[in-house]
Amino acid sequence: MLTILFDGIAYGMVLFVLGCGLSVTMGLMNFVNLAHGAFAMLGGYVAVQAMQRLGLPFLASLPLAFLAAAVVGIVLERLIYRPMYAKSHLDQVMFSIGLVFMAVAGTDWLMGSTQQFIHLPAWLQGRFEIAGVGIGRYRLFVIAICGLLAFSLQWGFTRTRFGSRLRAAVDDARVARGLGIPVNRLFALTFALGSGLAGLGGALGIELMGLDPSFPLKFMIYFLIVVTVGGTSSITGPFFAAMLLGVADVVGKYLVPQVGAFIIYALMVVLLITRPHGLFARARA
Amino acid sequence: MRAETFEAKVRQALYAGRRWHPAEIAFWLIAFAAFLLFPSHLLLLNEIAILALFALSLDLILGYAGIVSLGHAAFLGMGAYAAGLFAKHVGGDPLAGLVVGMGAAGLLGLVTSPLVLRGTDLTRLMVTLGVALILYELANSFGSLTGGADGLQGITMGPVIGLFDFDLFGRTAYLYSLSVLFVLFLIARRVVHSPFGLSLRAVRDNPLRASASGVPNARRLAAAYTIAAAYAGAAGVLLAQTTQFVSLDVLDFHRSADLMLVLIIGGAGYLYGGLVGAIAFKLLQDAIATFTPQYWMFWIGLFLVLFVLGGREIIHGGIKAVAGRFARLGRGGA
Repeated sequence: MLTILFDGIAYGMVLFVLGCGLSVTMGLMNFVNLAHGAFAMLGGYVAVQAMQRLGLPFLASLPLAFLAAAVVGIVLERLIYRPMYAKSHLDQVMFSIGLVFMAVAGTDWLMGSTQQFIHLPAWLQGRFEIAGVGIGRYRLFVIAICGLLAFSLQWGFTRTRFGSRLRAAVDDARVARGLGIPVNRLFALTFALGSGLAGLGGALGIELMGLDPSFPLKFMIYFLIVVTVGGTSSITGPFFAAMLLGVADVVGKYLVPQVGAFIIYALMVVLLITRPHGLFARARA
Repeated sequence: MRAETFEAKVRQALYAGRRWHPAEIAFWLIAFAAFLLFPSHLLLLNEIAILALFALSLDLILGYAGIVSLGHAAFLGMGAYAAGLFAKHVGGDPLAGLVVGMGAAGLLGLVTSPLVLRGTDLTRLMVTLGVALILYELANSFGSLTGGADGLQGITMGPVIGLFDFDLFGRTAYLYSLSVLFVLFLIARRVVHSPFGLSLRAVRDNPLRASASGVPNARRLAAAYTIAAAYAGAAGVLLAQTTQFVSLDVLDFHRSADLMLVLIIGGAGYLYGGLVGAIAFKLLQDAIATFTPQYWMFWIGLFLVLFVLGGREIIHGGIKAVAGRFARLGRGGA
């Protein structure tokens, strides 16, 4: 049971890294980017290709995944995302779904529809036991990296100048602009960071979630839950939401496999209904 | 005196929308004539009619009541499965199946309507998406009832009104689907021009003001949502009956997304938008499928992106402008 819990935490950690970028962009620009998963997929494929084609070690391919997704993110933000900010949520949702579809079909065309695998180095394989609890080495590694990321994000968000400007812009973009904070540039940077984190999460998650062209559609709902449940005004909110989701999903699938993803969707609907205004209230302000 | 003339003017304006335009009559004549004009494309025409009905359903809530939905496939699937199961276990009469399917989908709409009444557009989008995903998972896991991933097989349909058997070429299928579409369209047309339909538009445009002038917003929206659900259910029924097969695909997310594209192409907020959009969408799909069958998804994505970037109203706005110019030309000449 504790092993399952441990797996759930590792899963939740990856979800957090994947989803936190989305929560900031949603809070900052009030922009619903359902294509967030596409950046994660990009990172995953970059990592796989880097290891298979270039023969890079696993650890070196992770920053590469981050960079690739961040660069693509900043370019796309410049070129096609920017006109979308002023449009309605319906437009944004349809626009980003269109991007998701293109990413899914494009990846299918380029890479084939098969599931991708990575070869983990020996020191990350297998599991060991502490007090009867089986701990996968890779999962421990994921928890360590993601935990570190979460801490540094929290630190950056609350303690640095960049973070305080960002928080000001999220809370009230107009006033922040009036105070001379370059909201658009801030947003471009944050978008790149969020996309990069998604890419990194995608690379880390290959072993846990799998990777095939349908990845952005399959996990779209997960990111949305992380954001809706966690809120957009802090790092801790999405973090706990991701933990909750990861544990609930893994435990649910172990204990009652026949209901599958049902639990997650039901959870989302119930949460949205019980807190219909609270979830996005900040973003609308 | 002046108040009376004002009232007469308002009445006249309201009646004007209700009257049949010659173009509308021509549209339906062509739709029925298509049966004779394109005898080798009846299966495609049947698909168009079904998609048009599905789009009409979304138009009722999106265009007239302003409710956004990303999970309209839930009702399509509900209708399809209800009709399929009814045909399999109870009887093969298509019209009885239609009533059952519409009833089931309408009931689902009624039950889920409280969920869409609350919150912002974004919450609505996600809740409707969530409901559709839940149904998909349910249909997937209750394999003993629905056939799970293999689909619901072994549906045999009886003849329509005891006379017309379904055939391989889609002759009966097209006329049946088109007739159902036509009848439901007439009802929808009546509904949107009724005081009920007008109050829906009032709620869409300004909910606060509508409720201040005595419109029970929540009840009106719930009623509209239920009607639209029944319509989508009817589309699902037609799909199940004319193909005699139901698979999980009817509940898939891409159904809802496709439908959005249909309404973008056709334009929301006037009943023909869905119909025109469905024709354009299916012809487009058919054309693209002939040279690249595999990556239809890419193209639909590209179209979504381009349409949103270029402005959603681009196509039917353009058509309207052209039509307006022609009308002015005609008046100038006369």
